[in-house]
Amino acid sequence: MEQTLQDSVLVADYIKGDEKALELLINRHSHRIYSFIFSKVYDKDITEDIFQDTFIKVINTLKRGNYNEEGKFLPWVMRIAHNLVIDHFRKNARMPKFEGSDDFNIFSILGDQALNIEKQIIKDQVETDVKNLIDGLPDDQREVLIMRMYKDMSFKEIAKHTDVSINTALGRMRYAIINLRKMVEKNQIVLTN
Amino acid sequence: MEQIYTNEKLSAESLKPKKSTIEFLLSYSKALSVIKYKKLEFETLLN
Repeated sequence: MEQTLQDSVLVADYIKGDEKALELLINRHSHRIYSFIFSKVYDKDITEDIFQDTFIKVINTLKRGNYNEEGKFLPWVMRIAHNLVIDHFRKNARMPKFEGSDDFNIFSILGDQALNIEKQIIKDQVETDVKNLIDGLPDDQREVLIMRMYKDMSFKEIAKHTDVSINTALGRMRYAIINLRKMVEKNQIVLTN
Repeated sequence: MEQIYTNEKLSAESLKPKKSTIEFLLSYSKALSVIKYKKLEFETLLN
């Protein structure tokens, strides 16, 4: 009862302009209010923010002279804190966000898979070079290479399709690769990025 | 030796606002003044 009276006295003093009264009020109730907010949000930073916003509302209301709940200071502040906690959850429900902690960062898993402009240009150049090299191969070797590498056909299928034996198809593929290597060396083409 | 398997709870001491938060509030309070003139209300925040 004594504390309730003191609260109301302090509130009255603060309204009259005694800033020290506010300090006493905050220090007296900070633990209860802070614990109450923390028990709802389980995050120290958010608790700190809501605690601060709560007392900004308290200060604004008292300074404007709109406070009329004499003797019920703590329940009044708790109600403000409670409403701000609800506001916090409403805001997060509208705009859910994931906050990574120190141990786990979501961006280490989620990444932008798209290549950046530089890598895309290099990739395009490499592909153009490879295409030109393949065009430089003899017809029979080019045909086998395209079927194997781009159409993903087996050598058995390639042999059947080109009407040659599997060994011939294998041999053409081997020569195609040897010739490609020769052309790369001759033209000093870099096919890596 | 017996082991304690429970998680360490947040101590009551740690459930307090930061000193800087309280200082901010006190400064804010000192800086804020509301002047009423007839039906109008003026708020000034002097830093």
